[in-house]
Amino acid sequence: MTSPDTVLSIRHLSKSYSAGHPVLSDVSLQFMVRTITAVIGPSGTGKSTLIRCINRLVEPTSGSIVFEGRELVRLPRPALREARRRIGMVFQEYNLVERLTVMENVLCGRLGYVSAWKAWRRKFAPEDIALAFDLLGVVGLARLADARADSLSGGQRQRVGIARAVMQQPSLLLADEPTSSLDPKTSVEIMQLLTDIARERGISVIVNMHDVELAKRFADRIVGMAGGGIVFDATPSRLTDEVLKQIYGGEDWLL
Amino acid sequence: MTSATAPIAALRPNRWGRFWALALLAYVVYASAQMDVSWERVGAGLHNAAHFLSRLFPPNFTRWELLSKGLLESLEIAVLASALGIVLSLPIGLVAARNLMPAWASWPARLVIVAARSFHPVIVAILFVKAVGFGALAGILALTVASIGFVGKLFAEAIEEISLKQVEAVRATGAPFLSVVAIGVLPQVFARFIGFCTYQLDSNLRNSTMVGIVGAGGIGGTLFAAFQRFDYDYVCAILISIIALIMIGELLAMYVRAIFIDGVSFADMFRRRLASLAARRERHLEDD
Repeated sequence: MTSPDTVLSIRHLSKSYSAGHPVLSDVSLQFMVRTITAVIGPSGTGKSTLIRCINRLVEPTSGSIVFEGRELVRLPRPALREARRRIGMVFQEYNLVERLTVMENVLCGRLGYVSAWKAWRRKFAPEDIALAFDLLGVVGLARLADARADSLSGGQRQRVGIARAVMQQPSLLLADEPTSSLDPKTSVEIMQLLTDIARERGISVIVNMHDVELAKRFADRIVGMAGGGIVFDATPSRLTDEVLKQIYGGEDWLL
Repeated sequence: MTSATAPIAALRPNRWGRFWALALLAYVVYASAQMDVSWERVGAGLHNAAHFLSRLFPPNFTRWELLSKGLLESLEIAVLASALGIVLSLPIGLVAARNLMPAWASWPARLVIVAARSFHPVIVAILFVKAVGFGALAGILALTVASIGFVGKLFAEAIEEISLKQVEAVRATGAPFLSVVAIGVLPQVFARFIGFCTYQLDSNLRNSTMVGIVGAGGIGGTLFAAFQRFDYDYVCAILISIIALIMIGELLAMYVRAIFIDGVSFADMFRRRLASLAARRERHLEDD
């Protein structure tokens, strides 16, 4: 039913953390390949839950999630790990392993492909190491390969996070508020980096964000959520003030 | 009542607190009275203690072969028990961590750790002596149990305090469970784990000198026998040697921590020592 251009198909997805209080109600979305989609909406409206349901860091209550033609919900653990390899994730608080070096953090992207024993002894293939150096160059951190992750600034850490995600050579990249902890200038740099890498490598991106201007500037498609459901799904040019009022409520914050 | 006269809620005297403090004080006074502690006993005790101390010195090292054999055995017991205990505490402590494991796995592991911790090492040593006979094996097994109880508990608690965000990120890459543990969990607790291990080594060194009293090997047996024969100068020699052993263990623990936690290598430590010695010599030469 889904075309080969659909990388991800979400149907009737619902999630309740406690019975009777759904955070996501009957959400249905299709995502095409090589598109950058921004999900916007007020805090607590389920944007983060939606992103995390896709790679099942949060278990959906009901619904279907088809990724590259495979149903993810209720997939057994080994198969789920294989699917997760193809989905990279960038986090709001970077979620790097603080005590490890930048290089070790980037190589985490290959953990889905090597055995635990090799990972423990840090025995990665030469191609993987070459790719890691290459990606560190792309994100502008080539000199910092041996620095400990907790010695980096926020922007630098997010670059490592992006390198780690791209290291998986994924077809889909999820970003959960990647710029919410960064200053405005760094936020733009990170979004530019993310979208450039994604377009170069043909990776589809689903980004969660607060900053509407940032979303309009970098995304091909904007999905607006309110109250656990979709209220807007179109190109950024169609995102008018009226729609924003409907999504976020109130007027004072609109310029 | 106006607001000026009514007591401010935050500054109101804690009546219940006062009550319990007084009750505790009353109990302490009562308990001391029950203990048959009198000033005559203290006086007599001090006199006897002085006499006893005079019989300790000078220490008698003539039977040093027996002494060193016992010490070496205590050292072996301590090191083997620490190694075995640490190796076993890793998986047990990991399974006992409630933030990583489901309840049906973590509760039995926590039960094992509590059971291992409940009894004093000497009591466990008595049990093992009954089970496997006299000698060092009983001592090693007893202290292994003690190590699991201590290191396992602290290791589990350290894991329960880690940031799960880092673990979440590693999981999201599709890593298998053991990789998640090796890369997401262990780096966060490694430094504290080394601290627990060195503390347990020291604790085992001290306990290994004791388990000999119940026949589980080590210097404890020799010490107890000497005491019962009134060989107090030999007792003193043994006590001094034990202090020396513990101090060596302390130095070892320092080096282990420096190597694993600060990443200092042996060569570095050697070089630093040489450098500081050279610096001190230069200062002496300048003063002349």
